[in-house]
Amino acid sequence: MALNIVTYIFIGIGLFFNMVGSIGLHRLPDMYTKLHAATKCTTFGSIFLILAVIIQAANIWAQGGISQSVMCIHAVLALVALMVTNATGAHAIARAAYRSGEKPAKVVVDDLGGKEND
Amino acid sequence: MIDWLPAVIILAVCIVITVVRIFMGPGAPTRLVAFDTTNTLVVASLVVVGMMFNHAIFIDVAIVYALLSFAMTLYVAKYIGGSRF
Repeated sequence: MALNIVTYIFIGIGLFFNMVGSIGLHRLPDMYTKLHAATKCTTFGSIFLILAVIIQAANIWAQGGISQSVMCIHAVLALVALMVTNATGAHAIARAAYRSGEKPAKVVVDDLGGKEND
Repeated sequence: MIDWLPAVIILAVCIVITVVRIFMGPGAPTRLVAFDTTNTLVVASLVVVGMMFNHAIFIDVAIVYALLSFAMTLYVAKYIGGSRF
């Protein structure tokens, strides 16, 4: 019963942050703030949703459901893949957007302008 | 038992919002950000749907989808930002 409460709390946190990320993708002014809101919030929310799935699958596995073992282990693999790829993808998107000439809204100082730094 | 269906419905609403931003967004980098966000939400909803229907094959599909969408994000970012990473 305590595990069900923890699972509902994790689902609530995950859905809240996914909603915040999706709304921030619409509301924020330029591309870099959109990237900030969308990538961080949806990664955090998806981590908590998959943790809820892992907790429930491990609970049923501990009670004797052998078919849930595959689900638990593969959900851990999906969590690791998501955590590794999202941060790297966001970094690549920000770098490519700066190279393509996209500037932040109301930018005053651009310290990287005119430099060829790889 | 946990009721997973409201979580899937709210995730579907989030996916619709981000897909609308893919079609609306000004410029290629904004569309790429919205696309990456959509892929993350699809992976999360696939894992939750796999738990809801009690089929592990959805979670295997989610792992492969995460890795392939990462490769596609890197290649589109390379196309947008010039020839170098």
